Amino acid sequence: MSATTMSGEPISATTAAEHGVDLLQGDTGEWELVVGLEVHVELQTRTKMWCGCSTDFGADPNTNVCPVCTGQPGALPVVNEQAVRDATLLGLALNGEIAPICRFHRKNYFYPDLAKNYQISQYDVPLVNDGWLDVEVPTGDGQSVSRRVRIERLHMEEDTGKSLHVGDTGRLHGADRSLIDYNRCGIPLLEIVSRPDIHDADTAQAYLRELQSIVRATGVSDARMEEGSIRCDANVSVRRPGDELGTRTEIKNLNSIRSLGRAIAYEAQRQIGVIEDGGTIVMETRHWDEGRGVTETLRVKESVTDYRYFPDPDLVEITSPAEKVEAIRTLLPELPAASRARLGEAGVTPEQAAAIIATGLLPWFDDAVAAGADGAAAANWLVGDIAGQLSAEGLRIEAAGLTGAHVAELIALIEDGTLSTKLAKQVVAGVIDARGAKGPAQVAEDQGLRQVSDEGELRTIVEQVVAANADTVEAIRGGNDKAIGALVGQVMKETRGQADPRKTNELLREVIG
Amino acid sequence: MVLTRLSAVELAQKLRTKDVSAVEVVEAHLERIAAIDGVVADGDVWRAVPADELTSRDIHAYLHVTAAAAREHAADVDRRRAAGDDLGPLAGVPLALKDVLTMRGAPTTVGSRMLEGWLPPYDATVTERLRAADLVVLGKTNMDEFAMGSSTENSAYGPTRNPWDLGRVPGGSSGGSAAAVAGLMAPLSIGTDTGGSIRQPAALTGIVGAKPTYGTVSRYGLVAFASSLDQAGPFARTVEDAAHLQTLIHGHDPRDSTSITDTPADLLTTLRDGIDGLRIGVVTELQGDGYEPGVRRVFEQALERFERLGAKIVEVSLPHAGYGLPAYYLIAPSEASSNLARFDGVRYGLRVDAPTAEEMNAATRAAGFGPEVKRRIMIGTHALSSGYYDAYYLQASKVRTLIARDFASAFEQADVLVSPTSPTVAFGLGDKTADPLAMYLNDVATVPASLAGTPALSLPAGTAEAPDAPQATLPVGLQIMAPLLRDDLMYRVGWAFESDLGFTPIPAGDTAVEVA
Ligand SMILES: [Zn+2]
Repeated sequence: MSATTMSGEPISATTAAEHGVDLLQGDTGEWELVVGLEVHVELQTRTKMWCGCSTDFGADPNTNVCPVCTGQPGALPVVNEQAVRDATLLGLALNGEIAPICRFHRKNYFYPDLAKNYQISQYDVPLVNDGWLDVEVPTGDGQSVSRRVRIERLHMEEDTGKSLHVGDTGRLHGADRSLIDYNRCGIPLLEIVSRPDIHDADTAQAYLRELQSIVRATGVSDARMEEGSIRCDANVSVRRPGDELGTRTEIKNLNSIRSLGRAIAYEAQRQIGVIEDGGTIVMETRHWDEGRGVTETLRVKESVTDYRYFPDPDLVEITSPAEKVEAIRTLLPELPAASRARLGEAGVTPEQAAAIIATGLLPWFDDAVAAGADGAAAANWLVGDIAGQLSAEGLRIEAAGLTGAHVAELIALIEDGTLSTKLAKQVVAGVIDARGAKGPAQVAEDQGLRQVSDEGELRTIVEQVVAANADTVEAIRGGNDKAIGALVGQVMKETRGQADPRKTNELLREVIG
Repeated sequence: MVLTRLSAVELAQKLRTKDVSAVEVVEAHLERIAAIDGVVADGDVWRAVPADELTSRDIHAYLHVTAAAAREHAADVDRRRAAGDDLGPLAGVPLALKDVLTMRGAPTTVGSRMLEGWLPPYDATVTERLRAADLVVLGKTNMDEFAMGSSTENSAYGPTRNPWDLGRVPGGSSGGSAAAVAGLMAPLSIGTDTGGSIRQPAALTGIVGAKPTYGTVSRYGLVAFASSLDQAGPFARTVEDAAHLQTLIHGHDPRDSTSITDTPADLLTTLRDGIDGLRIGVVTELQGDGYEPGVRRVFEQALERFERLGAKIVEVSLPHAGYGLPAYYLIAPSEASSNLARFDGVRYGLRVDAPTAEEMNAATRAAGFGPEVKRRIMIGTHALSSGYYDAYYLQASKVRTLIARDFASAFEQADVLVSPTSPTVAFGLGDKTADPLAMYLNDVATVPASLAGTPALSLPAGTAEAPDAPQATLPVGLQIMAPLLRDDLMYRVGWAFESDLGFTPIPAGDTAVEVA
């Protein structure tokens, strides 16, 4: 394949040195890794790209279908305006230029789950050109370095159906029969193609994570890798520093950000090994085997697939006049980089900020702060105990019914001494159990979870404990200060753990004299 | 009074005054279809007899006749009329639909084995609009497979015969729709025109046929041949009938992205305004060599008639018209190669089982498509393939742009353009089937307007002999081309010409079908 992009311009890659990335050490010298990522994002529009069918995930097979998305003879596509707006919004979020006029092409290939046997996509004139993304790549010491990855294009296309192969292997080859579900066929899809500006696995991961966060921030998709609403393929090659681009392989089946990093690291070493052993890299598509941690040949592109692209005569050009683009620009939400800066100012550590943004907890954070919570405390609770308990329960925060106001309430109860940290964790569990129907104060009250810091009440208990443990008291008076711990324990026992430990200590010393 | 000889406007008038009922009108047409078309007149949906059982007297215009549904619809129209309901201007008038438009309740075959028996799950917009206007659909008409052809001999279900001479073709690809109207088996029908598929059969069967401005008639439910060219339009025996029918089907459709949002021209108000002072452009490149002497003679007479009617004849040039045919035969097959990819045996139509999906696909397409369709898929696939795209598809697209510009500048010098519709009169069945290029040449005069998207109409200009039959009286068509969205002009010019000519659009002569 000639080294040009789909728009026909020469491919330009950065170098590892420009990004301050280390070269890879082979047996015969140093190698530079060159990676470009192709990310597909399924838009969460209400209806499909060309028809009025629902995009609901998980509906019964072939229930969200119509003549258009099943490619019935005579049916015609009509572009989903919301999808164009969403794509424009994401394009702007990625610092891209919106083409004033763009068009759709047909990408012709036969596959049973592609209803028309061509995919409507964009080719020479995509909606978005020349964007970029600054990604924060962790350096392992709690710090990070910022690297810019250029984005060649963002274009609109349609998803395919899903094939289910019935038979022993579960794969197409050797299947007894194949079933096809067209529910996904025609769901709007964006393809975001980076320039080959990535030179290590960490940056690739950071790029995908950042892209995922931006997609979520713009609200155009939930970008869940596990549900396939964001997918990533990696184009990987190696070269000697200063050389022309090497032959690349395309790696598919990357089901998590972790797989992306592992697969790139593996593929780089494999390619270096092949070349150093005197072999050559074949342009091919390789499948990442997560279990075995290897890439394997999926299909060799012995000849470049000829998709016979041509402008789709069923569709008209899409025009994006400046006024329309600027109107969409006003809808841009705060993007992750700005959120990170804002969280930093609120006293949130960079790691916690990254976690809040990546896990989509920012609205909860903001709600908690708006309800009066301290930023650092809110971040601590959200990415700490709350995230931990939700993950243990396998729940998303919205499903658990937890709100930002709950978080603020919880923190207020700690601050006014009503709850200890330990009790607060129990309260969180109670709120989750009630799926948010009860707030922290209500849970604490119902379960009698209250720190005993009332001086009169605590003093009575302390006096009882002192009276009942004369020996220990003697020992303390005799200079064995550590023995006071045993008395604190006794008070805790009497109060079922609800005594304020600091206060208990103070009162014990006072009573013992 | 022979109901089948009446025009749609005449029938509508008699229906309005309750001189006849819609049921009577439908019965008269069904009776004639049963008598001369070669159908098994039995059951709710009548089927054409199989190709090898057709006789040389069977017109074979219809593939399916929706007899029960037509009778039911007609009875309903009569009931509502009796109840005093406000009905559309042509309510109760029957018509035939080319089998390329989907309609629930009967198969849509597109003249192909690939879709034999396919029951579409939805109605085309054109079908919907006709139903809403209470036109009564009599059935689906024969056509060249996937609208690829100029004689209707490429139908997988056997050829249609020309009512003017049963040994000759009716033209194509909408030959069935043309023959149904010319053979008095429907006063109106719908065809589709990609490179001349309405105009050329209209010319060869002595009736009126129009290709509206591209984008004014919805393509939703029209099984695509070449999306950027396909356009449905009317057939009728009078210009006025055709104008009425086009009025019922044109207008914006949100289900077709290429549908024009502008309000289409009013075709009826100015119909009778005459042509005094209009400039009629004779296209230099669309006459002369390659046109039969009879066709040339009738065309010359037509120009004299226009002058007598007060029009001014001007000579205009479409310099790139000569490249129209090659450009057309690259663009249309290119689009077809992609449009027809969906016929893979997976979701509908024919399936030839095989061990793998790929083999099933190949076997299905090998068995389901006829030779002309395969030829065009191969031409189109080649023209789009990498390394050839620039030389073929892209170059053809540029020619198309040049032709559109030619039209635009020609329309600065003339209000409408005229030419013979077809270089020949109806030719004999089988005469050109062995020579695809000779067949393609039929479209030489119609293709330029298709590429430019401009509206064009064909109407009878007289009769002439055929080169192989000096005694024959066969219809000759006159093509009138108007600027984009000025369909009203071609109807106005056509009406003036028709009124003065006094042509009787009823087949006559020894070889013609019998008319009551
Ligand atoms: Zn649909």
